[in-house]
Amino acid sequence: MKAVFFDNLAKGGNKMEFKFNWEGNKERVEQLNSFMKEKRYKKGALMMILQEAQDLFGYLPIEIQKMISKELNIPLSEIYGVATFYSQFSLIPKGENVIGVCLGTACYVKGGQDILAKIEEILGITIAETTPDRKFSIDATRCLGSCGLAPVMMINDEIYGRLTVDDVEEILNKYR
Amino acid sequence: MMITIEMLNEIKKKTLKTMTLRLEKKNNGISSINKENVSDKKHVLICGGPGCHSSGADELKKRFEQKIDKEELTDVNVSIAGCFGLCESGPNIEIYPGGTFYSQVKIDDVDEIVEKHLCRDEVVERLLNEGAIKEENIKPVFEVDFYKKQEKIALRNCGIIDYNSIDEYIALDGYQALAKALTEMTQEEVIDIMKKSNLRGRGGAGFPTGRKWETAFKYEADKKYVICNADEGDPGAFMDRSILEGDPHSVLEAMAICGYAIGSDQGYIYVRAEYPVAVQRLKTAIKKAKEKGLLGENIFGTEFNFNIEIRLGAGAFVCGEGTALMESIEGKRGMPRPKINRTAHKGLWGKPTIINNVETLANVPPIITKGAKWLKSIGTEDSPGTKVFALGGKIKNTGLVEVPMGTTLREIIFDIGGGIPNGKKFKAVQTGGPSGGCIPEEFLDTPVDFASLGKIGSIMGSGGMIVLDDTDCMVDIARFFLDFTVDESCGKCVPCREGTKRMLEILERITKGKGTPEDLDRLESLSEAITDSSLCGLGQTASNPVKSTMKYFRHEYEAHVKEIRCPAGSCQELLQFFITDKCVGCTKCANNCPASCISGNLKERHVIDTEQCIKCGTCMEVCPVGAVIKK
Repeated sequence: MKAVFFDNLAKGGNKMEFKFNWEGNKERVEQLNSFMKEKRYKKGALMMILQEAQDLFGYLPIEIQKMISKELNIPLSEIYGVATFYSQFSLIPKGENVIGVCLGTACYVKGGQDILAKIEEILGITIAETTPDRKFSIDATRCLGSCGLAPVMMINDEIYGRLTVDDVEEILNKYR
Repeated sequence: MMITIEMLNEIKKKTLKTMTLRLEKKNNGISSINKENVSDKKHVLICGGPGCHSSGADELKKRFEQKIDKEELTDVNVSIAGCFGLCESGPNIEIYPGGTFYSQVKIDDVDEIVEKHLCRDEVVERLLNEGAIKEENIKPVFEVDFYKKQEKIALRNCGIIDYNSIDEYIALDGYQALAKALTEMTQEEVIDIMKKSNLRGRGGAGFPTGRKWETAFKYEADKKYVICNADEGDPGAFMDRSILEGDPHSVLEAMAICGYAIGSDQGYIYVRAEYPVAVQRLKTAIKKAKEKGLLGENIFGTEFNFNIEIRLGAGAFVCGEGTALMESIEGKRGMPRPKINRTAHKGLWGKPTIINNVETLANVPPIITKGAKWLKSIGTEDSPGTKVFALGGKIKNTGLVEVPMGTTLREIIFDIGGGIPNGKKFKAVQTGGPSGGCIPEEFLDTPVDFASLGKIGSIMGSGGMIVLDDTDCMVDIARFFLDFTVDESCGKCVPCREGTKRMLEILERITKGKGTPEDLDRLESLSEAITDSSLCGLGQTASNPVKSTMKYFRHEYEAHVKEIRCPAGSCQELLQFFITDKCVGCTKCANNCPASCISGNLKERHVIDTEQCIKCGTCMEVCPVGAVIKK
């Protein structure tokens, strides 16, 4: 999944640059700072802090990574390494609505790939991308554990099961 | 607060009264408990498993309560319990006494159930589960084929207790095992029972749990850790999720027992962030256990302290590997370590660490209370106990089943799973996820245990079972798994990082009709090399899906590379579309064909120019009589 994102950058394709808005995010930055103060001496704190930052901002802006680096005294390279390793962390903002299409085995044999293709067709973006209006982004997830409902997708915390390609448009319209 | 065994028994006695009706399910219809102690007249049990929960279990409960209030019914208890297992027919509801099994219950059906069943004791036949009616007799849930052959140890409380109630867990002997271990047994005795029971790790490798614990116990250190591996990543496996969501205390109790046995005071649960419901229920469970004094300092008035913290995964499959998981808890990239030291000697932060899978842990408390002999009486000599499987794919009853080890694949897939739907034919069953293999029909009578599955080129793995029918292409399935492995390879060692990628490229070539017979040899030699030289289990087993499909379905590979044909009719680019004589000549296909390669006159049979065809499948979609076929 990360590979897709970088390929796009290399091709100069869907290159998304977002400048971090310090003023607009003032409160959240403060929240993160106090979270760091509370957890910084806990063993293995970096993951928890990155997860908190991802929750607060919806992605890990490089500006915030630098801030964490200074505060925790951990090299930026190491933080960047962790941030790019896990698929839950994103370097670009996620959409208002995050669509997770399950590509686990049970969903795959029941047509999950076709569901994904339809969503990509409708939104004009692919996995790990965000629509320019920041309404939607797509994540590919490996098994949501709802195999009984295959094929499945998840929008935010809502699960949609036993999908057919024809259901997709209507479901997406609910979030527009 | 400090808890004593007397207090524990007091809670048990008090809570049992409110649960008596439901226990019919646990005892398969035999109600051994004194009826005079029953405080309710009827129990409505709603499945809150992953599937049913997302189909609206919470709303169902609310509606039931509203309607029950309106009808002024007293003594009816409505609760949501953990996964019932039969996800296919969810949302599921059971009503006690009697164990009436309703399926696919919609919110608008609730009023009818309350009015008929709860008010007038009439069964609502149209909502009964299909399996609950046989020759016009209504069967209780525990006699439905899906449940009849099952035996529940790890899932013993799932679907019976309210997962948010620590009292209900205690009522069904919860925390008795911890009390027994702490007050009556030495550390050696606990380890001894575990060793004698020969409980083997349910996460995939099957390492004996007792031996693992003993290694950590004997190694002296100032600090030791217990980790619960809840990073359930195998696509198609969701048993750990169901245990965590349906019976979280069984995992907490087992971790504390392990902590006592090896001399650790700190546990971690490493759970996937993709399971937010499980995380929430675990947090609640830990909080309640602490309030009761079942976690924390001086548990049961002994010297023993134990605390549990939750750590979230962040979406990396490789973190299910023990050492990668430890790296991740330490706040680093989750890459596996070379196994110079055992993790039972040097694990998390260099200290002795026991890492056990969720299902393994859920087996521990009953072993301590009932003894090693009891476990050995179930399952096979080499693999005692039960195993939970997640049935999925082309099977009628998708869901979770727990069966004694040694049950055959045929029994699981056909007797319990109900066979293949839509009149299709069974082709293979994929077990063990991306590390496992595909098992063809001729081995359906293989008993399921650790050794037998290994012999036929697959593994038990964490227990995912995906059934494939004759429309699934085995080359494409192998490609699917390689695609997964390439995506999830951490990139630390070359054989896995580069090798799996090359294998995927070859498989993609084959499924696109551009493969050559030499590609098959290349695949074979790459498979061997990657297995022999990768650093961790992920790489070492990455080629299993390819190896097993090449072994049992070589003719399919050969058809792809020699005849450029996909026998299952699944690889789009190898297919050709034809119009049969069913054609009525409506011209719909010709009008919709984007390549304009369909010709024919009105009311005459049409023909596709296969040279020009772009294989988009539009003609097949629009044909009103199903005259277009692909092969």
